[in-house]
Amino acid sequence: MKNPIEQLQKVFDSRVRLGIMSALMVNDAVSFNELKELIQVTDGNLASHLKALEENGLLKVNKGFVGRKTNTTYSVTKVGERSFRQHLDALEQMIKQMGK
Amino acid sequence: MNSRNQPIETLQDIKNIMNRSSRFISLSGLSGVAAGVCALVGAWFAHGVINSGSTARYPSKHLSDYVLSDSAIPTMRAFMGDRLFQIAVLTFIAAFGFSFLFTYLRSRKENIPVWGTAARRLMWNVLLPMMVGGIFLLKLIEAGVIGLIAPGCLIFYGLALINGSKFTLGEIRYLGYANVLLGLINCWYPGLGIYFWAMGFGVLHIVYGVVMWNKYERA
Repeated sequence: MKNPIEQLQKVFDSRVRLGIMSALMVNDAVSFNELKELIQVTDGNLASHLKALEENGLLKVNKGFVGRKTNTTYSVTKVGERSFRQHLDALEQMIKQMGK
Repeated sequence: MNSRNQPIETLQDIKNIMNRSSRFISLSGLSGVAAGVCALVGAWFAHGVINSGSTARYPSKHLSDYVLSDSAIPTMRAFMGDRLFQIAVLTFIAAFGFSFLFTYLRSRKENIPVWGTAARRLMWNVLLPMMVGGIFLLKLIEAGVIGLIAPGCLIFYGLALINGSKFTLGEIRYLGYANVLLGLINCWYPGLGIYFWAMGFGVLHIVYGVVMWNKYERA
């Protein structure tokens, strides 16, 4: 049997990134401020993790306007969804094996 | 030991964030209790009005006995001035106000903003079936079919809760199912509307509220 640890996605190896992906998986689009509130991190920290996930093609950035204010939202890509599911499956496998 | 439990903790964190970002979870059980108490008080007043107005005959099972003749149908204006309608509106406002208060207090305590995407989605998904139901019921009143008003309230309210259950603590759908069921049964006992009403909006809310409070809030 394959070792599930190999299936863990290195890119999700951070609490902040897991939080971002979790929120995006269950919402069509989430704004920067909502993410900040959910995950409780500083602006800079959140921005750098968002950038890393974007560069890996796991999420896409939608720039829009609400009135005159910029409103940037983030949503998950197909690739992102697939990798995150894989990551979750691997975590579940690890838990199952622990129980044995 | 710590590292062994790590995948479990990670999954719990993920689930927690998924729930918090998509569901409005500060809905307090006490809100349910408060709404239920308001409904019972309202039903008690309404009961007095109904009893004073009609001869105390055994309630009929025939829906046609609860259809007003053309001349007896009140105009919308007269209906709005009716004591029963005023009691219903006051009850709704009081129930909504107290529910909001307890939910607001809970979200303050747990440090979750009360108004956000999740709250907005919950409001929309609950209010839409309720508004549709409300308009439909007004038309029923216009047609004089008063025997279906109480069942209609229960059915549409129940459907609204079921619809909203995806956006808040999911257990509320059982309250929805129970209200729809009560409403359907009530269709066959149109003369007992006030009792079904008190049961669905009063007693069931209190039961639901106590169960939820016990499950999530009792420290």
